[in-house]
Amino acid sequence: MTNIIETQDLTYSYQPEEAEEQIPVLKGLNLAIKPGTFVAVLGHNGSGKSTLAKQFNGILLPTGGKVYVDGRDTADDRLLIEIRRRVGMVFQNPDNQMVSNIVEEDVAFAPENLGYPSEEIRIRVDEALRVVGMYEYRTHAPHLLSGGQKQRIAIAGVLAMAPQCVVFDEPTAMLDPKGRAAVMAIIEQMRQEGTTVVLITPHMDETGRADRLVVISEGVIVRDGTPQEIFRDVEGMRALGLDVPETTDLLYELNREGCNLNLGALTVEECAEELFRAFA
Amino acid sequence: MGQYFPGDSVIHRMDPRTKILGLVIYIVALFTAKSYASYGLMLLVLALVIRLSTLRLKMLLKGMKPLLLVIIFTAFLNLFFTEGEHVVFQVWKLRLTIEGVRTAGFMLARLVMLIMGSFLMTYTTPPMALTDGMERLLNPLKKIKFPVHEFAMMMSIALRFIPTLVEETDKIMSAQKARGADFETGSLMQRGKALIPVLVPLFISAFRRADELAVAMESRCYHGGQGRTRMNVLVMQRRDKLGLLFCLLVLAATIALAVFGL
Repeated sequence: MTNIIETQDLTYSYQPEEAEEQIPVLKGLNLAIKPGTFVAVLGHNGSGKSTLAKQFNGILLPTGGKVYVDGRDTADDRLLIEIRRRVGMVFQNPDNQMVSNIVEEDVAFAPENLGYPSEEIRIRVDEALRVVGMYEYRTHAPHLLSGGQKQRIAIAGVLAMAPQCVVFDEPTAMLDPKGRAAVMAIIEQMRQEGTTVVLITPHMDETGRADRLVVISEGVIVRDGTPQEIFRDVEGMRALGLDVPETTDLLYELNREGCNLNLGALTVEECAEELFRAFA
Repeated sequence: MGQYFPGDSVIHRMDPRTKILGLVIYIVALFTAKSYASYGLMLLVLALVIRLSTLRLKMLLKGMKPLLLVIIFTAFLNLFFTEGEHVVFQVWKLRLTIEGVRTAGFMLARLVMLIMGSFLMTYTTPPMALTDGMERLLNPLKKIKFPVHEFAMMMSIALRFIPTLVEETDKIMSAQKARGADFETGSLMQRGKALIPVLVPLFISAFRRADELAVAMESRCYHGGQGRTRMNVLVMQRRDKLGLLFCLLVLAATIALAVFGL
C-alpha cells in the first residue's frame, strides 16, 4: 500500500525580511505515514512541527527533498487540488477558518470548490455535520457558537471533502477543556472509521492514544515509536525539553523510590490498573 | 443599515435577484414620476409591499433616523432655492415660492420612498443571499473580464468577519481601558487620537486573520470561481416572475403618466 504521506530528506528554510541568511526550520526529515494510522507529532514551540504540517498539503513547498501525498509530488502545481482533497487540514483558530455566516454554507465550501453537483454537496454537508454532532446547528451563525462548536464545524468543513487523511495542527490550543474533549472524541471516532489522522500538538496527554508518536526538535525527528516506548524514557524526554504525561511521571517517581512499575501505562485507567496490580 | 429581520413572508421567500431587480425598477419609476398621480401610485406600491413583507412601519421609520439630517437638508435647499414666479415671502436671500414648496414636497417624498424601498430589500434578505444574488446578476460582466466572483467573495468574507472584528474591537478597547486609556472625554481631536492604540492592534490582527483564512481556504481546495458549484442554487419561482412583472407594470404606468402629463 502506498504511504498516504511520505517525506524524503525534507528540508525547509525561510528568509526573514531583514536578514540575509536563510533560517533552516526543517533539516532533513524522513517520515512515512501508512493509511489508517493515527500519528501524533509532538514538539515544543519553534520545533518546526507546524511548518511540517503545512508541507503535507502543499501550502508550503520543500526547499530541499520531496513530499509525496498518496504518491503525488506536492511540488507539482497541477496536482495541488488532488493533493488537498486527499489531505484535509484543521487549524488552531476556528474563527479564521470560516468563510460563511451560515454553518451549513461554510461546511459546503470545500465540496463547492471541488465542483460537485448541489444534491451531492447537500448529502456530504449533512453527513459531515452529523459526524461532528452539529447537525442541529446547521442554520446558525458561527459567531454565536462556542469555540469548541466552531472547531467541530471546521472539522466538518474538512470531512465534507471526504479526505483520506486529516492533519490537525494544534486543534485544541484555543479551546476550553470541554471543547478539547469533544475534538479529541471526534479524532478517536475518525481513526476508528479508518481515516488517517495526523495530530500536531504540544500537549503530551493528547498523544497517548496514537498508534505512533513522532517527536520533533530543532527540525529533526528525535524519537519515533509507540507512545508507550517513547514516554518510558523519562530522562531522555526531559533532556529534550519535553515532559511526559502525569501518569508516567507518577509511576516514574514511584520507581525511583524502589517500586517496579511498568511505565507504559499512559491513560489514567491504565495507570490505576498498574498501581492496583502492584499494590493490591 | 444592512440589517436583516428574519421572517417568512412572500417578500422574505422571494429570490434575492428579484428583490434587487425590483428595487432597481422601483427607483427608475420613482425618478420618472412627475405628478401627484404617479407619486400616489408609487406610495400605493410601497404600502402594498410593506404590507406583504409583514414588517412593521415603525421599524422602517426607525432605520431612517440616521438619514434624517440629509433628508431635511435636501428639502430645505429645494424649498428656498427653487426659481419661481409666485413668491410667498422673502427674507434676505431666502425666497419661498409655490414652485419651491411643490419641488421640495416631491423631493422629500422621493427620498423617503427610495430609502424605504432599499430598507425593504435589506430587511427581508440575509446579507449572504444578497451577495449571492448580486454575483448571479453580474455574471454577464465576466465577459468583459470584470472579477464578479472575486468581488462577491470579498463582500461575503467582509460580512462574515464584521461580528468577529466588532468583538475584537471590544476586547482591545477593554484592554486599553484597563491600562488607563480614556475614550470618553476630551475634544474630538483627543478622542480621535485615543483610538489609535485600538486601531493599530486591530489592523495587525486583521492582517494575521486574513493570512490564516487564505491558508484555510486553499487547504479546502479553493482556487477561484472556476469550476465552483453551489449547494444552494437560486431558482426563480412563480412568485418571482409575478413580482418582476408587477414592477415592470408599475414602471410602464409611471412612464405613461409622465408621457400624458397627468
